Amino acid sequence: MSQAVEKYRNTFLREVEANVEEGQWVKMCMQCGVCSGSCPLGPHWEHPPQEIFMMIRANKREEVLTSSSMWFCTSCYNCIARCPRELPITHIMHGLAHYAQRQGLAPKELPTAKFAKRFWDNLLKKGRVNELQLGLQLYFMNGLAEGIKTSLKMQKVGLGMLKTKRMDPMEALGGHGCKDIKGLKAALNKAKQIEETKAAKALERLQSKS
Amino acid sequence: MAKREYSFYPGCSSQKKASAYNQWVSTVSICKELDIQLNEISDWNCCSASIGYAGGGELPRLVLSARNLALSEKEHPGQDLVATCAACWLATREANERLNHDAEMKTDANEALKEAGLEFKGEKKVRHLVEVLIEDVGYEEIKQHVKKPLADIKIAGYVGCQTNRPFGIAGESFENPVYLDKLVEVLGGTPVENYDKKVSCCGGALMFSEPEKSQALVKDILEAAYDGGADMIVTPCPVCQMNTEVYQEHINKKYGTKFNIPSVYYSTLMSVAFGQSAKEAALDGQIISAKKLEAIASK
Ligand code: SF4
Ligand code: SF4
Repeated sequence: MSQAVEKYRNTFLREVEANVEEGQWVKMCMQCGVCSGSCPLGPHWEHPPQEIFMMIRANKREEVLTSSSMWFCTSCYNCIARCPRELPITHIMHGLAHYAQRQGLAPKELPTAKFAKRFWDNLLKKGRVNELQLGLQLYFMNGLAEGIKTSLKMQKVGLGMLKTKRMDPMEALGGHGCKDIKGLKAALNKAKQIEETKAAKALERLQSKS
Repeated sequence: MAKREYSFYPGCSSQKKASAYNQWVSTVSICKELDIQLNEISDWNCCSASIGYAGGGELPRLVLSARNLALSEKEHPGQDLVATCAACWLATREANERLNHDAEMKTDANEALKEAGLEFKGEKKVRHLVEVLIEDVGYEEIKQHVKKPLADIKIAGYVGCQTNRPFGIAGESFENPVYLDKLVEVLGGTPVENYDKKVSCCGGALMFSEPEKSQALVKDILEAAYDGGADMIVTPCPVCQMNTEVYQEHINKKYGTKFNIPSVYYSTLMSVAFGQSAKEAALDGQIISAKKLEAIASK
């Protein structure tokens, strides 16, 4: 059992409240199911949002954090627009996915988890997203053979984008970026540091209470 | 001096030779016609769209947008910040509102921004270009610029998700926003009535990671457009545009359909109706060419 579980002792809800974006809203859910019925990829969720909220309260830490569910959120904001309790569901799903990743519990082979991570890394490099590099990495993320298959399947799309000047092969070699990438990186590092310090403090507070 | 001036955040997909470059070209054209000046934020960065969360925590992601806002405040004081990309607009507006509502978060964001020599004050309004067109310019004035009405073209107004939720365009409903339909009418075209996939999701960024599942969503969006008798689809969002246009062949193969329907930006429609050239309207940026618009543009 990981250290964090030990520390929280049967209080996954409190762990979520302290560490997950907008986690303090979870307890407000009244289990009406509107969010689950609104998800575009709903049938593919292991546990739709309503169930995730119930599982958090039922202390099912491993099941929630290792679930592929949150990674099927398309950020369509349907749930937010409809939830009678006005929970920021989209943000909680992003927050849970992020937290699961940070804890090393996110499913490793899940395409969206890989893609989301690569997107962030790509943007960190130059401050702007390089669509071509991101695309290439994406097609090859499941290995070379799989990548070649995908590239061939996508070839026509690529050619179309190229012909219409909506893609630049030179981007594979470098491409555009932010001038003050140093400043941007420093600010992001600082933000990360602030966030982690706060999470650690919240954890301490919880422990001293229990 | 231009009649209306805004601080502008183009975003990654609108850069030269990026996937929504055609949106940028047509936007520039209609802004010229309407005397709107867009002042680009000089050193903007990516907003991390809605997919950066695996690597970036809440505060780092907010700081990304706060940096753009801080640059805009510094470079273009007094001008609203305007974006054309749904994800850019959403991320920036959300960051602006969340930081303004949460003093502690704002202090934290500014502590981080100090590392880049910047400060976020939170004194700007973040707006979508569509809002500028509807609220500042207005349908009436737009109508006055129409030289070549889009007669006999039936158009499905596909609003999608992020231009519509959680903020949406002021005065519009989440379930049935009508601004694209109104715009089509103003431009002389015919909107598809009761287009029931108008606010359905195209899969967004998950088109990359879960292509088959997302393409199933797009199939329904295209089908509903066909059922409504549409000649083409119009959308305000770069992700919607790309997802509804470029995967039609894949979808046809998988489902035995025969989709071949152009999907254009509202800015392209406007540009053509304003009598601008095919190039200015970025019609050469269509992978599925919009023949009916080409015909009007060459008239
Ligand atoms: S819509 Fe809101 S209240 Fe209803 S189940 Fe979902 S989160 Fe809970
Ligand atoms: S934003 Fe995410 S959780 Fe909410 S309805 Fe859309 S896909 Fe489902």
